[in-house]
Amino acid sequence: MSRNNDAGSVSVVDPRAIWEQAFRKAKLRDVDFSTLSGDELQPVYGPDDVELDEHADLALPGVFPYTRGIHPSMYRGRLWTMRQFAGFGAAHETNQRFKFLLEHGQTGLSTAFDFPTLMGRDADDPLCKGEVGQVGVAISSLKDMESLMQGIPMDQVSTSMTINGPAPIVLAFYIACAEKQGVDPKVIRGTVQNDILKEYQAQHAWLVAPEPALRMITDVMAYCTEHVPNFNTISISGYHIREAGSTAAQELAFTLANGMEYVRRGVAAGLDVDQFAPRLSFFFDSHLDFFEEIAKFRAARRIWARKMKNDFGAKDPRSWMCRFHTQTAGVSLTAQQPENNIVRTAFEALAAVLGGTQSLHTNSMDETLSLPTEKAVKIALRTQQIIAEEVEVANVADPLGGSWFVESQTNRLEAEAERYFEEIEQRGGVVPSIQAGYFQSEIHRSAVRYQRAVERAQKRVVGVNCFVEDEAGPEIEIHRIDPASERHTVDSLRELRETRDAGQVQRELDAVRAACKDGGNLLERFVAAAHAYCTLGEIAQVLREEFGEFKEPKIL
Amino acid sequence: MGERRIRVLVGKPGLDGHDRGAKTVASVLRDHGMEIVYTGLHKTPEAIAEIAVQEDVDVVGLSILSGAHMELFPRVREALGARGMEHVLLVGGGIIPKDDIAALEAAGFSKLFGPGTNTDDIANYIKAEMQKRWTKEGADA
Repeated sequence: MSRNNDAGSVSVVDPRAIWEQAFRKAKLRDVDFSTLSGDELQPVYGPDDVELDEHADLALPGVFPYTRGIHPSMYRGRLWTMRQFAGFGAAHETNQRFKFLLEHGQTGLSTAFDFPTLMGRDADDPLCKGEVGQVGVAISSLKDMESLMQGIPMDQVSTSMTINGPAPIVLAFYIACAEKQGVDPKVIRGTVQNDILKEYQAQHAWLVAPEPALRMITDVMAYCTEHVPNFNTISISGYHIREAGSTAAQELAFTLANGMEYVRRGVAAGLDVDQFAPRLSFFFDSHLDFFEEIAKFRAARRIWARKMKNDFGAKDPRSWMCRFHTQTAGVSLTAQQPENNIVRTAFEALAAVLGGTQSLHTNSMDETLSLPTEKAVKIALRTQQIIAEEVEVANVADPLGGSWFVESQTNRLEAEAERYFEEIEQRGGVVPSIQAGYFQSEIHRSAVRYQRAVERAQKRVVGVNCFVEDEAGPEIEIHRIDPASERHTVDSLRELRETRDAGQVQRELDAVRAACKDGGNLLERFVAAAHAYCTLGEIAQVLREEFGEFKEPKIL
Repeated sequence: MGERRIRVLVGKPGLDGHDRGAKTVASVLRDHGMEIVYTGLHKTPEAIAEIAVQEDVDVVGLSILSGAHMELFPRVREALGARGMEHVLLVGGGIIPKDDIAALEAAGFSKLFGPGTNTDDIANYIKAEMQKRWTKEGADA
């Protein structure tokens, strides 16, 4: 019995003191207990660790500030969209993969383009030799878009297109393609990534300098508001920032800072915030740190809702909602023991679902070796289906809401993001910070720090720095791109150049050039140019000449 | 003034924008005392070889994650050769299937490093190779 004095009885009734005493005596494993991003963690969290106003900070799903999700019913109403990113080779080959995915229960399309397309170059450009169709599908003109969507009803399927620098041109091909299928652009659904700011910061597929690139984005917002109202005109992406090496907080902060910059530009171009903000969507990474990622998704919704309502004065609740797509972390996959990647991806996908994502791409196990095989893609899709159908996590919205740990991480990430917003503002805003290489340096520093932590085994990676096996692990099949794809795309383009109406092509390119100078809506011009079968490279070349190219700041 | 410093060109051939690996390796090599010249992104093989000549480097390290390595890596080697730089230590890394690694190593690349490589191993490899070369040069002179 220890009740001989008052101090003793206090220690008996205070569980925290009992725990602290016991914890101090415990022998701990000699490993790093910080988050994947390197933030220190306590061994346990309790109510004293979270400052929270339940109504102002959490509310309920579908209720401002949407920390707990954007829909009142969440996945009881509708599951997330299972959207596997796909694209390789010539357009007709990717068309086959699209049909394969639709037949296996995928509910939306997501297009990966090759580097020539991403950089606004035609397949027959000498700079593109060896790159055509390698990491995505090659789309040089409306003709390629027509074979990409052949037999796929564009009024029924929603399509996401991951392209940025030349996004307005490729979107024009898509719109023109719908028109040729006899589909009214007003009913087509999908998302064009069209997020140029993160290209300068992280992914590096740009076309022209930042200011004219931002003007094209406001042109897209303006045109689509009127003519293509069901298309998300921009997917503000943290994914590439994270994959380039950032921490979770940097991904969150830089992405939302970019989002706010687009809103400022839209407002400055004379658009009403509630006219275009509901069509903005986001795209995040889901990395391995399970709880930190869930907290990141929750923080993103809360920050965006507050900024849109309080700073930008948006009145339509849809403008306040941070809707997002998620992809599991490509960088977390290992070339060593590649089948383990299935398990990594499953955990990351689960975090995205518990974080309330609207759509999800799960990576395939073989993506550190090559583009995925059909078998690997199917396992990745099945992983999502198992989460949706078998593990019963889609029944309750925000199941981790109220967890002291998750709430404290959510608060921490929001506070870190706010500090970054101030820093960016002090540096003159997003574009000057890009030109000075600020984001690029921050991301690079985080990447090096993480790499060194892995190499010193402070961060463990199974198969890489622990549980290592001999080089000769299980052989898995590799998906190789047939060199015939490049030839096919180039031949088809040459044939197009010979058969189209050259006079009309020139007139449309001249009209694009005129709009560059006089401020006419460029997307409108691109749609007309698409119908005349002007190529991507031809249109992009006009833009490069008129707007100038981006000069990469030196950070090394 | 102490040891001769190894001069390394870190290059990104082609349209590929993935530079996390190239820049991380560049930083680590610099920490190992090497002088680093980074080409920046979207460079043609010829442009990379030109920079190698101007900067008079000992090592050229290329990074590519776009799948175009079988086209672009050999072209960098040819462009270096055309400029009298065939003596440089040529290494590379990226998403490169095993069969291609063997083919490139047979075609004049000293070594290719895949995902999961410890960056210190890259630095140590370069140091050891350059030591061998310089020792041989000293003996030949």
